[in-house]
Amino acid sequence: MTNTGTLKVTTPTDLEIAMTRVFDAPRRLVFDALTKPELLKQWLLGPPGWSMPICEIDLRVGGTYRFVWRGPDGTEMGTRGVHREIVVPERLVATERFDDAWYPGEALVTNALVEQGGKTTLTLTVLYESREARDIALKSGMEQGVAASYDRLAELLATPGSRGMEKGAKQSQK
Amino acid sequence: MATLKALAEPNRLHIVELLLDGPCPVGKMVNRLGLRQPQVSKHLRVLSDAGLVDVRVDAQRRIYALRPAPLQELEVWLERYRRLWEGNFQRLDALLDELKTKEKKSGRTKR
Repeated sequence: MTNTGTLKVTTPTDLEIAMTRVFDAPRRLVFDALTKPELLKQWLLGPPGWSMPICEIDLRVGGTYRFVWRGPDGTEMGTRGVHREIVVPERLVATERFDDAWYPGEALVTNALVEQGGKTTLTLTVLYESREARDIALKSGMEQGVAASYDRLAELLATPGSRGMEKGAKQSQK
Repeated sequence: MATLKALAEPNRLHIVELLLDGPCPVGKMVNRLGLRQPQVSKHLRVLSDAGLVDVRVDAQRRIYALRPAPLQELEVWLERYRRLWEGNFQRLDALLDELKTKEKKSGRTKR
């Protein structure tokens, strides 16, 4: 099930998607986990079975980063970008462009970290070049409300002989 | 991409959800959605162009049904993204616990 209790997704403007998540750790550790390749490689992995064979970070303003993930079947997915703003341990801004662009243009990713009582609230904001690009990303399941609707589709599609599809298939062949 | 665009409109997503219960004539959709027939027809045309629904004519009624293929494609896509973040953040939780434990052991002060 989706972890809606802790992962909050909002759309502050027409061009943005923001994700907020609280971590039970001081922000310098969260910042380390976001910026040190040996740490990032341990968690920013995506679906089960994926690894991150390439994780290079030049943590300077104007410095680049390069991430490549590899799936269980050998499929690779890569992204790269340039650091625009670095304030240790509270803010990290970088551009992002996927190799196989699944949304048009480049995005600007901002990680903002706020610490309170030993816990860190991470707000990850992605600013897209157009509303169209933002909406494509949004409909891809980032927003929990929409994801919940799609959960039903996913469940249904995962069940062989599921009701809607089977009936649909049968009747349309009549 | 056409699939995502077609589903980006709440009423169209609603129609797709309705069709998950099985094929449905246009008249019944109009009642269930509380929209006017021309609006429903317009949405159905977009869904049909995106390959999401099929139509058959039964006497005077036009009956719509879901086509599974584009949805399966979409589902693969959605799952990838959703799992990416849910899984990532849970792994980050575990990593941070580990880092905290290490710091305690090495006797580093909290600040």
